[in-house]
Amino acid sequence: MSTTTAKPVGASAGAGKAGGPVAWIDDRVGLGGVLKKQLRKVFPDHWSFMLGEIALWSFVILLLTGVFLTLWFKPSMDEVTYMGSYANLRGVSMSEAYASTLNLSFDVRGGLLMRQMHHWAANLFLASMTIHMLRVFFTGAFRKPRELNWLIGLGLLQLGIIEGFAGYSLPDDLLSGVGLRIASGLMLSIPVVGSYVSFFVFGGQFPGDIFISRLYTVHVLLVPGILLGLIGAHMLLLVYHKHTQWPGPGRTNNNVVGYPLMPVYMAKAGGYFFIVFGVTALMSALMQINPIWMYGPYDPSKVSAGSQPDWYMGWLEGALRIMPSWEIHAWGFTLSLNVLVPGVLLMGLLFTVLGAYPFIERWITGDNREHHLLDRPRNQPTRTAFGVAGITAYGLLWVAGGNDILATTFHLSIETITYVMRVMVFVGPVLAFIIARRWAIALQRHDRDTVLHGYETGVIVRSPTGAYSEIHAPVSPERAFILTAQENNQPLLLSSAEDGNGVPAPSQGKERIRARLSRFWYADDVSKPTGEELDEAAHHAHADSLDPASDRHLGIETGGQLGGDDFDLEQTGPRH
Amino acid sequence: MSSESRPRIPRTPDSVEAPTGTDSHGDDSLLLAGHNDPIPDPGLPEHEYRPTDVDPAMERRAERQVAGMFILASLLIVAFCVAYFAFSPSPTGQTFHGFALSNLTLGLTLGLAMLLIGVGVIQWAKKLMTDHEIVEYRHSAASTAEDRDEALVAFHQGAEESGFGRRALVRNSLIGSLALLGLPAVVMLRDLGPLPGNALSTTVWKKGIRVVNDVSGAPIKPQDVEIGQLINAEPALFFDEKNADGTVTPAAFAGTDLQVEKVKAAVIVVRMQPEDITPLPSRAGWGVQGILCYSKICTHVGCPISLWEQQTHHLLCPCHQSTFDLADNGKVLFGPAARPLPQLHIGTDKDGYLIAMSGFEEPVGPSFWERG
Repeated sequence: MSTTTAKPVGASAGAGKAGGPVAWIDDRVGLGGVLKKQLRKVFPDHWSFMLGEIALWSFVILLLTGVFLTLWFKPSMDEVTYMGSYANLRGVSMSEAYASTLNLSFDVRGGLLMRQMHHWAANLFLASMTIHMLRVFFTGAFRKPRELNWLIGLGLLQLGIIEGFAGYSLPDDLLSGVGLRIASGLMLSIPVVGSYVSFFVFGGQFPGDIFISRLYTVHVLLVPGILLGLIGAHMLLLVYHKHTQWPGPGRTNNNVVGYPLMPVYMAKAGGYFFIVFGVTALMSALMQINPIWMYGPYDPSKVSAGSQPDWYMGWLEGALRIMPSWEIHAWGFTLSLNVLVPGVLLMGLLFTVLGAYPFIERWITGDNREHHLLDRPRNQPTRTAFGVAGITAYGLLWVAGGNDILATTFHLSIETITYVMRVMVFVGPVLAFIIARRWAIALQRHDRDTVLHGYETGVIVRSPTGAYSEIHAPVSPERAFILTAQENNQPLLLSSAEDGNGVPAPSQGKERIRARLSRFWYADDVSKPTGEELDEAAHHAHADSLDPASDRHLGIETGGQLGGDDFDLEQTGPRH
Repeated sequence: MSSESRPRIPRTPDSVEAPTGTDSHGDDSLLLAGHNDPIPDPGLPEHEYRPTDVDPAMERRAERQVAGMFILASLLIVAFCVAYFAFSPSPTGQTFHGFALSNLTLGLTLGLAMLLIGVGVIQWAKKLMTDHEIVEYRHSAASTAEDRDEALVAFHQGAEESGFGRRALVRNSLIGSLALLGLPAVVMLRDLGPLPGNALSTTVWKKGIRVVNDVSGAPIKPQDVEIGQLINAEPALFFDEKNADGTVTPAAFAGTDLQVEKVKAAVIVVRMQPEDITPLPSRAGWGVQGILCYSKICTHVGCPISLWEQQTHHLLCPCHQSTFDLADNGKVLFGPAARPLPQLHIGTDKDGYLIAMSGFEEPVGPSFWERG
């Protein structure tokens, strides 16, 4: 397989079975130039690089199952009387959208499976995109030259949320109808134009008779089309930039080490599609999702207790629940801060902050170089702390979105939960920031100690004087290299405050802020050991091992045996 | 790739294959300072051979494993087709421990088949495909300085030849007309919906309309409402009405119109001990023997509210937990809602049934800008 493509593709040189078709297609579209480079393109291996792949394959599953669903679903709000095979709703008046969803579930063989797969895959799509984004954030994979791909990814996440909510709303069941009612309430809260927005979107008063068919076009054509285009751009940039990799022996900022696309990654990634599909199908066989027949058709005067949106809307739901009841009435107008802030502005705020982050960090750190080696999160304590604070805020809002479920499950007062959440949503992220930052710094220190003094073997020895101590053994050169592969982060220094004539530089104020932020960003970081420190530590370890009374470290020779490693720090150097 | 064609003992002891393509060296300017500091790069670790590389028995075993998974997958795919015809998706179809057999068998066979194919392919890649890591070099994402310069020269030449910079009249009039193209795009959307007018501020309630049970459409007599009871109610206009002479007046609203009006007109009727009620002076006579009527639509974002606590007279919205005190003019006790529930002034007609004595005095449901 690999031998045929490695040779130049020509009239007779295209030996092997692929030569014929390859020549045929190459004569017409001239793919040889691209293929010779891309077929053996290298991808690095790491489990965390698979998260985005889950998102990609869930999207493919969504396209496949979605097309199946469109063959039966009727995006119409016309009222019909249900006469299908679900006895409990027979004779009930409902929209055609709801009736056709019942039909898909009970009268089309495999329809329920496809519906459930579509819904599970949607939840998986958003979950994997979110976690993939966190991976990119914490490892610094958004840095130059990948800022644009970070923005494209954010666009994908936002569109994914819109797409998910649209799909959830299409069946026109009681649960999703209440969701749309809430959405119309959010629109109404927009200052000045709110009621116009709602009337234009719903074609008049909520719920009207046209919204489902409008939403259907958005859900099956408009948004998936944009998603597809953005995914294409995301992948093209990935190929152009080449994948980031973790630092390690032989892995530098100007190479990428791994397996070739053909055959290894085609097999691994292609096989992974089948695994994601298989897991989604098994989930849909065994775990019920969105049983719309149990909710009944939408009726604006009905609702059920314990109503919950899909998980990715949970944090907005939580914000809506814990927001205090602030509403401003002035000059004959109403400004509903209680709805506008959590329901409309919060999402804008989150995505603005996420979108601006790479540029803010680059400005503060002044780092304008390309980065292809990933950061271990501990080596960027401030960024990591911001990420953890963000997760905490999101998580707390998400928990608040289930305050009624928490109250009934744990027999707590809903008022108490809500008041606590109002405070926690501000205090929690700050605490999380402080803890995560100190934790990361502690881990940096631990890495430094490990390189200097070896790792703890867990072997306790008693010295002749009766003192107990634990044997430390040096880590392997590969490990030691990984633990020192990062750069030492230095705060920016304020360049000379005044020019030669004592006149302050014009951008002085801005630079001062920048220097201060940079100091906050990096000042507490722990530096990796220097060569001298390493030498000294190794020397110290030798001295200790010769001293029978030592209770701190044992000699490298001893430790080396215990650690199963013959590496001597003093002979550090390339082995071959 | 057949097992015979591959050398049993690998070609070179080198861990690194020659880099692909013509690149033999990367862009050194990308290297970060401190890469070899303080511990020098030990270089790529040596390639370790897998049991399947050196032991023909292990290799054949792996081959059998992978092929076994593919064969099993094929059987499951056939089983899927059998299940498709064997079981009905109807709610009255066969079940197995509560699972609908149609969905269960289709999902299990398809899911396991796909899973086996995926695991088989990945197993093939991990155990049997060559596993030498290879190195590819990176280059700066930017194009070379020469390319960039040439591109800029080409751009300037094109701009110059077009006269875009010089011919201000042509350029500006073009920009003007293109900018105006935004207008039709916006204007064309005007017919998406009617203007709101006062639709958000009005409901179908007016004096004389009976307050009826929302399921049966039956009118409500005060003596039939027990203390502590909550009745979900609607205007009688939503139901067919039997006249005294036996004829039926059809409901005034149906289909979409009914849904639209229900969004605003749904109400709840509750009966409390009259001494528990503390009405505003302006609402002193708005109830009948401790029976009060409120809008059912939450003033937060419009969910219908229905969780009623008899003892405390509190009404809780199941969506976002706003809590209203119905004994105290629908006041907000807790939660994100900012305004009390609007109250409907009710009385009784000559037959003794509950009726509205007027429409709502304020808009019901969620707030909006021009609400005031």
